[in-house]
Amino acid sequence: MSAAMPAQKSFDVIVIGGGHAGCEAAAASARTGASTLLLTQKLETVGEMSCNPAIGGLGKGHLVREIDALDGLMGRMADMSGIQFRMLNRSKGAAVRGPRAQIDRRLYREAMQGELSATPNLTLMAGTAEALILDGARVVGVKTGEGQSLAAGAVVLTTGTFLNGVIHQGDVRTPAGRHGEAPSTGLAMDLYGAGLKMGRLKTGTPARLDGRSIAWDQLEIQAADAQPVPFSFMSDGISIPQIACGITQTTKETHAIIAANLGESAVYGGHLTGRGPRYCPSIEDKVVRFADKTSHQIFLEPEGLDDPTVYPNGISTSVSPDTQMAFLRTIPGLEAVEVFRYGYAIEYDYVDPRELTPSLEVKRRPGLFLAGQINGTTGYEEAAAQGLIAGLNAARKAARLTEIVLRRDQAYIAVMIDDLVTRGVTEPYRMFTSRAEYRLTLRADNADQRLTPIGLEAGLVSEARRLAFQAKVQVLAEAAELVGGTRFTPNEAKALGIPVNADGQRRSMRDLLAYPGVDLTCFQQAFPVIGSWSAVIREQVEIDAGYAGYLTRQTADAEALRREDSLILPADLDYSAIGGLSTEVREKLSMVQPRTLGQAGRIEGVTPGALTALLSHVKRTAVAA
Amino acid sequence: MVETASQALIALGVRPADPGEFTRRAFENGRMDLTQAEAVADLIDSETVAQAAQALGQLEGSLSRTYAGFRTSLLKALALVEAEIDFPDEDMPDHLARTAGSLLEGLIDELNAALADADRGRRVREGYRVVLIGETNAGKSSLFNALIAREAAIVTPVAGTTRDVLDADIVIGGHVVTLSDTAGLRDSDDVVEAEGVRRARIRAVGADLRLWVRAPGDPEGEAAAYVRDDDFTIWTKADLKPGAGAGLAVSAVTGDGIGDLIAALEERLARDLSGRDFPAVTRERHRRRLAEAVSAVSSAKRHLMTAPELAAEDLRRAADALGRVTGAIGVEDILGEVFSSFCIGK
Repeated sequence: MSAAMPAQKSFDVIVIGGGHAGCEAAAASARTGASTLLLTQKLETVGEMSCNPAIGGLGKGHLVREIDALDGLMGRMADMSGIQFRMLNRSKGAAVRGPRAQIDRRLYREAMQGELSATPNLTLMAGTAEALILDGARVVGVKTGEGQSLAAGAVVLTTGTFLNGVIHQGDVRTPAGRHGEAPSTGLAMDLYGAGLKMGRLKTGTPARLDGRSIAWDQLEIQAADAQPVPFSFMSDGISIPQIACGITQTTKETHAIIAANLGESAVYGGHLTGRGPRYCPSIEDKVVRFADKTSHQIFLEPEGLDDPTVYPNGISTSVSPDTQMAFLRTIPGLEAVEVFRYGYAIEYDYVDPRELTPSLEVKRRPGLFLAGQINGTTGYEEAAAQGLIAGLNAARKAARLTEIVLRRDQAYIAVMIDDLVTRGVTEPYRMFTSRAEYRLTLRADNADQRLTPIGLEAGLVSEARRLAFQAKVQVLAEAAELVGGTRFTPNEAKALGIPVNADGQRRSMRDLLAYPGVDLTCFQQAFPVIGSWSAVIREQVEIDAGYAGYLTRQTADAEALRREDSLILPADLDYSAIGGLSTEVREKLSMVQPRTLGQAGRIEGVTPGALTALLSHVKRTAVAA
Repeated sequence: MVETASQALIALGVRPADPGEFTRRAFENGRMDLTQAEAVADLIDSETVAQAAQALGQLEGSLSRTYAGFRTSLLKALALVEAEIDFPDEDMPDHLARTAGSLLEGLIDELNAALADADRGRRVREGYRVVLIGETNAGKSSLFNALIAREAAIVTPVAGTTRDVLDADIVIGGHVVTLSDTAGLRDSDDVVEAEGVRRARIRAVGADLRLWVRAPGDPEGEAAAYVRDDDFTIWTKADLKPGAGAGLAVSAVTGDGIGDLIAALEERLARDLSGRDFPAVTRERHRRRLAEAVSAVSSAKRHLMTAPELAAEDLRRAADALGRVTGAIGVEDILGEVFSSFCIGK
């Protein structure tokens, strides 16, 4: 890691910002062999978790597994710093289980900084990006605040909430980025200058508590899983000690104090113009919007093994410090709580992601890629996943290679990016499993099989992972042959203790595994090879068998999707020339410039009727041409 | 005057609208859904007041509203299931799955009721299908001619004269009835007649009402196998011999009993076609999608407690099927429902 000015004045890729998007972007670019610079204001805060110290969850955990499958960093870093691993929805089906972990903030930061400084082809530098260097519309470098001009084949901007950020706390408003950091306005001028459509969003954070002042013995405790399941396909297990979280809840008194001081809050005081999400509302939102609920749950999450800071998840707020202290002390367990830092709301500008191509490149500024909160998303995992794709494609741009775009039936990453660039956002975009139409296919357990081959092709994947993956795939193929190819008569099945109808039908091992209560142990005695399969392999075989009928249907659906996405729309299509479209639909189509008929159909408000008009127009002009 | 003005406009480069162009445009720019566009075509083709009224109702969105009701229930159930899947760490009320279960039960009943009523809309739109079946020489063609009041079918004393199915549309009690004369049901070595009999059998099965036409003294024959409980038995040749059992006696020669038959048909049409709510199905396309939805929702109900992710998959399939009739349910609709129903905020 070099903190001084680099001797080098030219890079294949320059990444601006050292948050979760920036780290993955820089590492992905460097992994492909591109000479990469990570430019960030403070090297000490690279890999910082500025909001709640947790990674994963439903949808988000899926994203982490996918990042890992492409040899990204987040999963491995979390495995080195996770202090409370829990598999969410453990009692439900495999497709909707989500790995999640509380993270020790310091350990994560240190792991990330160590990883990046050991990454070949990557230079880290402290400094501000003052302006983009343009050649026409093409972005070809970055001018730093220190007066340097650095050339680049492509630039990735991951500046989070730094764009015209304003912090609200009670009636105090401070222009700022993350807490205590200076906002960057020079770059914002560049983006506004490009005529990009922008919007304003808001997010919030709760107070940070001194854990030593919390009466833990009075609280309900949520323990870690007895057998922590790591995020990374490369991790064998978790060696960090596991801790518990506390659970408490707001009271009627809490709500009364908040209701009496609503005028102080950013939203209800009318100080805020950015739109907040429908979910994750502040405690003010909860009190107002769900007035009939007399209490709301709070998770007290320690921020580290040797850090007394506790993150009270569920009560983000922007009322004044006095009011915060008053309402906190009405919460069971927090009667004598001390606060390290009070909560606040922040509003910030984001670039309408419909300004981007599916490789996250700005359409009007070729060579410039955007990733993370600047695109209107929220969450570390969402940011990191975009960072990886932006970094990969920036490196490919610099090397004059074609872009790599994943499909919605391949990855949650693709679902997110397609949603962003096709539909735009009206609230900070967060991943949920319900957003994925191929949810049974896009599982956390098979992310490697979906994506590692693509990563290998793209040059993203290390030799160690390649070998581990190929060994796993080989066993899986053998297993698939055995469970798909071995068939049993009803009598043979009965002999194994599996009661089936005596209908003379021969059933495969896969068919039988879909019966309730049947797993591989039923077959192990007759087929000893099963005993040599690892727990991971066995689990995957059983999951695939359980979902078999539905997976067949999803494969058929995915083929239909591919057909629609293979109808390419001309890039220069003049939507105003298409009769029969409403003005609203015409504007949306012009904004998004969908690449395929399938993408056009996913734009909000584009009806089957509008698609008919679009298709017949394209066919007509194609015939005429 | 209008003609002259049009000519002048066309000379200026204005183009007359193609047939259906305004409907197509209204559909394309989202001012009409597919069922409303279908209704425009139905309205133009309508021959009776009943058909016109049904098309008009559909055009005004009666059918869309029925589906909007199904959609609301489905959306609510989906939101419950998705909330349970995506927000396990949230402070959710218990029994989400059970609430979804009772919603789905109600929906299954509604969909099944709509399916059971599926023939009504189609019968009004396409015509109520009445088929004459019976032995050769029972007098089907004579009765057919008498009912449509013209000599459309050839009538001879030779058994097996009618070889093909002969259709005619008539209006009875304000409803279109498609009346079909068919070949007498018997096994024949004559290739042409055998084909006619095959067609007669298909019509006998598919008809909304069968008139079992019998001459006094004839055996029951094959037709008996096709006749259902509330079909009509018609004894012909009443001028020669009285009928031998229950049913209406008519004479195509004297016209005796024809009036009674028409009155009976009117009563039947009134029973089957009018009243109650607007039908949920006016085309085969609607019926197929409804059937798909019922099967998917039933499967969802079975999975609700054990595998919510499969239940959600089933419900999305149902939403897709119903969405193909009127409007789709998108992910944002589901999330909107989740966030307005539950306080999600960890």
